Order: sequence, then structure tokens, then C-alpha cells
Amino acid sequence: MKALILERNLPRFAASRVASIFGSGRGAGLGPLQLLDAETPELPGDEWHTLTPLLSGICGSDLATIDGRTSRYFEDLVSFPFVPGHEVVGVLADGGTDHAGRVLAPGTRAVIEPVLGCAPRHIAPLCPSCSQGATGLCGNTAFGALEPGLQTGYCADTGGGWSEAGLVAHASQLHAIPETFSDEDGVIVEPVACATHAVLSAGIRAGDVVAVVGAGTLGLASIAAITTLIRPVAPCTIVAGAKHPHQRQLADDLGADHVVAPDQLARAVRRQAASLVLGGRLTAGADVVIDCVGSAASITEALGLVRPRGTVVLVGMPGVVSVDLAPLWHREVRLVGAYAYGAENAPGHDSPASALSPERRSFELAIDLVAQAGLGRLVSARYPLERYEEALVHAGAAGRRGAVKVAFDLTTVKGRTR
Amino acid sequence: MSARPGFVLEVDRSTPPTLFWRGERFTLEKLPEGSRVIYAPEPHEPLDDPLAAIRHALANPLGDSEPLSALLFPGMKLTIAFDDISLPLPPMERPDIRQMVIEQVLDLAAEAGVDDVELVVALALHRRMTEPELRHAIGDRVYDAFAPNGLLTQHDAEDRDNLLHLGQTDEGEDVEINKRAATSDLLVYVNINLVAMDGGHKSVATGLSSYKSLRHHHNPETMRKSKSFMDQHRSELHSANWRMGRLIRDAGIKVFQIETTLNTDTFPDAFSYLQKREWEWKAKDRIGFLGAKAALDRMPARYARRLFHSVKAPHRMTSVQAGEVEAVHKVTTENVWAQQGVVVEGQTDILTLGLPYISPYNVNSILNPILVACLGLGYFFNLYRNKPLVREGGVLIMTHPTPWEFNPVHHPSYIDFFEQVLSETTDPSEVASRFEEGFATDPWYIHLYRTGHAYHGVHPFYMWYWCAHALQHLGAVIIVGGDPKSVHRLGFRSATTLADALEMARDVVGSSPTLTHLHAPPILMADVQ
Repeated sequence: MKALILERNLPRFAASRVASIFGSGRGAGLGPLQLLDAETPELPGDEWHTLTPLLSGICGSDLATIDGRTSRYFEDLVSFPFVPGHEVVGVLADGGTDHAGRVLAPGTRAVIEPVLGCAPRHIAPLCPSCSQGATGLCGNTAFGALEPGLQTGYCADTGGGWSEAGLVAHASQLHAIPETFSDEDGVIVEPVACATHAVLSAGIRAGDVVAVVGAGTLGLASIAAITTLIRPVAPCTIVAGAKHPHQRQLADDLGADHVVAPDQLARAVRRQAASLVLGGRLTAGADVVIDCVGSAASITEALGLVRPRGTVVLVGMPGVVSVDLAPLWHREVRLVGAYAYGAENAPGHDSPASALSPERRSFELAIDLVAQAGLGRLVSARYPLERYEEALVHAGAAGRRGAVKVAFDLTTVKGRTR
Repeated sequence: MSARPGFVLEVDRSTPPTLFWRGERFTLEKLPEGSRVIYAPEPHEPLDDPLAAIRHALANPLGDSEPLSALLFPGMKLTIAFDDISLPLPPMERPDIRQMVIEQVLDLAAEAGVDDVELVVALALHRRMTEPELRHAIGDRVYDAFAPNGLLTQHDAEDRDNLLHLGQTDEGEDVEINKRAATSDLLVYVNINLVAMDGGHKSVATGLSSYKSLRHHHNPETMRKSKSFMDQHRSELHSANWRMGRLIRDAGIKVFQIETTLNTDTFPDAFSYLQKREWEWKAKDRIGFLGAKAALDRMPARYARRLFHSVKAPHRMTSVQAGEVEAVHKVTTENVWAQQGVVVEGQTDILTLGLPYISPYNVNSILNPILVACLGLGYFFNLYRNKPLVREGGVLIMTHPTPWEFNPVHHPSYIDFFEQVLSETTDPSEVASRFEEGFATDPWYIHLYRTGHAYHGVHPFYMWYWCAHALQHLGAVIIVGGDPKSVHRLGFRSATTLADALEMARDVVGSSPTLTHLHAPPILMADVQ
């Protein structure tokens, strides 16, 4: 069995970083990622099950890691060597139990909620965040029964989705997917859960103008989440900036009210907000900006688009960036991070989220959302592990090459059963 | 020797290629045998002594008006309004007609002891003129006498304190105009009637009005009922303006209308071949053409644009008449038609146009894609009387580079209109119902209109409505040599060459179409029999 394994190797990280200057993912062949023989990880405990991946997506954070562009903040939150791949749909050959204690029959397809919080780490009592269901905010992701790793796909003990050998998942991480789901529907659940969590934490209210910066997987999923989860109870206007024609088409199909080229986004938001312009910034602007890029340029843009006391939600993973925060200070803008997923509680009686059950997890909502919006269509290309260099280059240039989500296809592995 | 009238050439084997404008460039195109080319009449002889003619017109008004001198008295409030940068095209060599007329009006006012005189640029929702543009239009003497004292103003259709609502017409149309003009003892309006559409009651009812008034006739329905708006008697645009003009008159506002006509002498000597018939080109013309073409083809567009916008036209005044609005305008319109009218027998399947670099709304600016559409489908298509030159369901082919390029100072709302409105719909009625009000009341556009040099937020809508009649009438619109992205955004088809365009047009109008080329500028108007 083969797996893509990422080892701590500074010269290779450096080589990969240099190569990535020519495009994200281009350093895969030189970098710390290698296709090696691998064994299925040992089960760390009783509540653990083996999941055999069918599809495993390539995320922007994976590319950043392989390119050597990830913030050093994460250094202590991973353990080497690890198998990447946290967007996973797989099959439970031996069955198991899911996050709610339901028994899953052998052969059940499931997705994993990859955060490795207190429960998978056998830490009791749970930390305050985990006890509230906000596992993404767990403070124990480097402690307990597992090696450090904020998620499956960054932890030496669990394996990851980019493996024929499979990975191990704690019951609290498992969500069975409907029979009607395609594997593509399944693999897109994780990024859709991220987007769901982000837009539900944005405080979008009726009448708001919401700008979405970036129309990759997260941007498109955010649009779908707003359209499906929020707009029915809080009608709002979505203005999306999308660079490539297929992104524009998808953004439009998924319900954005105005889809424009990135260089037109400020003007489109200005029109919707009936704002004046001062020094290249809007005096009014969008109530909420969902930044699905996470670069210095996108954060700067978001701060120029948002209204005073508006909210900028960072969904795309940022690194070390240089941004002029004067407008944030002067206009009392809320810059909010939105990492991973959790329990989507209703934060207030007048919030659109009040229509949701406070007990539902982002993943549960995301599974419904994928079904409703048909988000499996965001998976554009599948590659076998052997062609990982090609896959990563494709993922790094997904927009330019007419793709959204690129995934590793493990369904063709010899002897694989579903 | 008197000027030769307009001419319709039938292309045969010996006909030389025909000049087509392509924005700031031009090409020679071989038209199929049997095609027709319509040439403008040659420039009429200008008035020998325009100043004397103006004096005569002011002293011998038409209609039931008294001479201007009899309408002036000490202590009165006099306002002189005049046409803005959109007229004439191209801007004329000094002295501009407005300067000549206004100076004489001011002389009479001074003789009569009138102290309270203000000049108002009748902008409607156009951009404010710059100081050099104003100096060019009214001359340094007038500018220096009025502007520093705040007595030269540019009509501000968003200045609620300086607008007066006069009432509604029988059709329920609001009439709201410049308060200074409305409360003056006499309003003198100085026109340059470049085409038959200009002047008449439209001068005050449009030029000095607000969005509240304009929206009653600047809309798709009115434009579709104006066939064409160059023909006052078949133009709903004019009917509405006439209703408003009569309400203005009945409200007791005394308007002394001065209208002037120009000959078709459009280009200076260096570019004189542009207004000649190609088979009459002499060696000097051919050399001039080849030299200019070679230079322009190699020149970056912005420099070519700057070059052409520096060109001042030698056109000269052919008539001036003054007095009561309708009586004046009747004579003016006859004079315009006498200079520009060409009788054309029957319609055509395909009409071709070479679009130049200039329209009324991009003087010293960029002919952006919306203005390209408006110039072709709004203006050139409507240069007819009786019937459109092209038959219903026919094809309009225009040559122009149509770059995705806008002047952000002059046309900020055009950019948003192009990016955000036309990306959703090109149907004028839908454009109006879904988007117009938002643009018309957008505070940023209003700010830029009032304090900068921007066209009003609603102006691109009017440009698109200008196309409504043509859009309803035509089977297809093809732009040759245009940026395909821009052309498609406009909802038109894109062709690389004229031959390709003709092939595409045959799919619409059949395999043996008739073709007519409107050889303009100089401006001509087709009287289609």
C-alpha cells in the first residue's frame, strides 16, 4: 500500500518553497512529500475505527504546507511524519460508531470531522471549547493520547486521506453520508462545513450586503451556505468576486446576486451599499465580507470593502501578512477568524441562526447543504496517488485551469471494496 | 459655385474602396458591387457676415416675439443659457457660435442698462465643462467678466434649492427647471443646432431640467415611439418636450430662442479627404490618407485619441434665427435638412457604419462601449426621416475597436452600468425597471456629477434607451474589429473583418442582401422614400 508521506526535511521544504514561486504545488517533486509504502495506522483505542479513503481532497492549507508557505504558528501543532489529507470520504470496512453513538454497519461510507480535540485524545474532562462543541478551538491538540496534530492529516498517529492504507478515526469524528451521495458529494463535505461555520459566525442579518472575496471551493461553498442556510430567514444580498468564467458561472448558479470580476468587486459593493468613495475605500460598504483567500491583498481589499463596524471573516488560511490596519482601527471593523467547525449554536434571538437547532454540528449542516445545493459538482478532477505531482500542480492552478476541487482517487486501488 | 447636394453612389467594379472610420483610425473597404454609399451634401456657403446676421436675427425675431432690445429693460433679471460641450461635433474653431451670439446679447443688455445677468450652461445631466472648454465656447472676454463673479454657472440638476417645479403636463409629466432661469424676466437660450433633434422646446425643457422631468421622455418606451427623433413630427421625444415647453411658456416664463445652423465642413485641411468622395481624391488626399493611416495605426490609442480630440472643426454658421421658440425652430429645422438631407430610395437589408472617435458625450474623453452602441444605434441609425435606412429585421454592421475602456472621471456610472447591468440584461425595459432608479439616486454618482466632471448616474441608461428603437427594429448588430468581450457584453456579434460580418449578416437577411453604407461624418440625414 502506498501513501503520500510528509517528513520534516528542511532542505526539501526550502526547495519546495523556491519551486512554488513558479506556481503553487510545483515543488511537490522536490519537496518533503514522498510516495512511500505505508501500513494502516494502529487503532489508538477502543472507540477508533479504520476508514479506507475513497476520495481525498487537496486543500489550500495542504498546498501551503507542501509549498513551505505555512505560518510557523502551526509548527507545534503537527507531528512528523504525517500523511496529509483531511478532506476525506471513505468506507468503514469493519463498521463502527459515529459521533452521536450510532452504530455504523460494515461498508458504511463516512466522512471525517478531522479536528483532533479532547475526545480523540482521550482527555477528560473536556476542555471548555470541546465541552461546548467548539472542537476547532480545542486547546489540547498537542496533548493527550495522540501525537500533536490539530487535525487528521497533520498527525503522525492517525494517518491521512492521501493513503491507500487508510487512516484511523475516532467515533466522535465520523459522520455517515447518505446512500444517495456520490463520493464527490462526500469529499466536499469538509470544506463545505468550514464555509458553513464561517458564514454562521458572521452575524449576517436581514438586509445585509455580503461580499465574498474569492470563488474557489471555500468561496463557492460560502455562497451556497448563505443562500441555503441564511437567506431564507435573513434575506441579504450576496456580491461575489470571481476571477474565472467557471467560477462566475458556479457563483451565479449557487445564488450570488451579483457576480463580478475581482477588479470590479469594490464597484459592485459600492453600488449595493450606495456608498461614497474616499481614498480608494468605501465610506459605507458591505456589512459582512467573507475573505476566502487569506492573503495580504485580500485582507486589505476586505478592509476597503467593509462598512464601519462591519465584519470581515477570514475563512481562507492566512499566514504572515503585512496589512495596514488603520482602516480597521478607524472604522471599528471586526476582523474575525473562522477556523474549522463546531456546534452551530444560535447566538441571539434575532440571528438567522436561531432557525437552526443549537445542537447541530457544522458537518451535519454541511451534509444537508451538499445535498441541497448539489455541491459534489465542485469536484473537478481526480488523480491516483501515483500522479500526485500532477495533481498538486493542477490544484495549485485550479482556477486558471477551470477546476475547483482536485482530489486523490483511491477507489481504483487493487482489492478495494466499498 | 453652389455646394453639391448629397449623393447616393451605386458601387460598381470601378468604384474605389470606401473609407470606414474605426474610432481613432480608419480603413478603406471594398464594398460588394451593387451596394449603395450615401454621401453628405457638400458644405453650404457660410454666412458672409455672421455678426451682422446675428444682429439682424435679434432685431427681427420670428413668431410673436418682440426684438430682443425691446425685451430688455433696466432692473430686469436676465438669464442666458447655452448649449454645453456636446455641441457642436467636433468642437468648432474659434470663435465659437456661442461666443458670437452671447457677446451680442450682452451688448444689447448693456445698452438697455440690464445689470442682473447670469449665464447658465444647459447641462441637463451631462458633465460640467472645464474652464478651458468654457473659455473656448463663450470666449475669454465673457468668461472673465462672469465666471470670477459667480455669474457663470453650470446647471445643477441635483441642486434642490435651485430647481423650480412648474407643474405637470396634461400627460402627467413633471416640469422642473433651473430656478434662476424660471424666475428671470427673460431667458435667452443660445443653441447650436447640429442636427434636427437639437433645439426647439427641447432646449429649455431638457437642457435646464432635472431627472424628475427627464425621466418622462428619456425612457425606452418614448424612444421606441420616436421614429426617428430627428423627425420632430414623428418623435415622441419631441412631443413630450413640446408639451413641457408649452407648459413653461404658459407658466409665464419668457423664452427668447436663438438657434443657429452649421455647414458640414467638418475637418480641417489636413484631414479634408475624410469628407470627400473617394473617387474624387487627389494625389494630396491619397498621400494624406496613407500617411495618417500609417501613423495612426502605429500610434497608441490614447495618443491617437488626444490627437483627434485636439482637432477643431472649421464648420461655419449658415443661419441664425431668433424669437419665439416654435417659429424659430421651424426655420432652423428646414435649414438643417437643407444642409444635411439626402433623398434615398428604399430601405436596405444591411446598413454599414464606420464609427468615428467622437459622440456628443465623449468630447475630450473616451468613446466607451456604451457610447459606441449609442453612436451607432442611437444616433447614426436614427439619421433618417420617413423610414429607417435599414429594413425591419435587417442588420447593422459597425466598424469600431470598442475597447473595454472608460474615462473614470467623466463616466463613472457607465463603468458600473457596463459591468453590473449589461451583464444581467441588455433589454432596455428591463434595464430601466430593475436598475434605473438605483443609479439615478446613487449618492456617489450625484456627488461626482455635482462636484467633478462626471455624467449623472442615470446617463448611461439614457444612452442605452437611445438604442431602444434600433434594438427593436434590427435583426442583428455586428461590430467589426471590436474587442469581442465588449461587443458580447453589449449583446452584439463580433466580426474580425467586414467580409466576415457580411457573411454573418447573410445568415440573418438572406444570401443576396442589399447593402447601404452611411458615409458619415460629415453628418447627413437620409430622407428614405
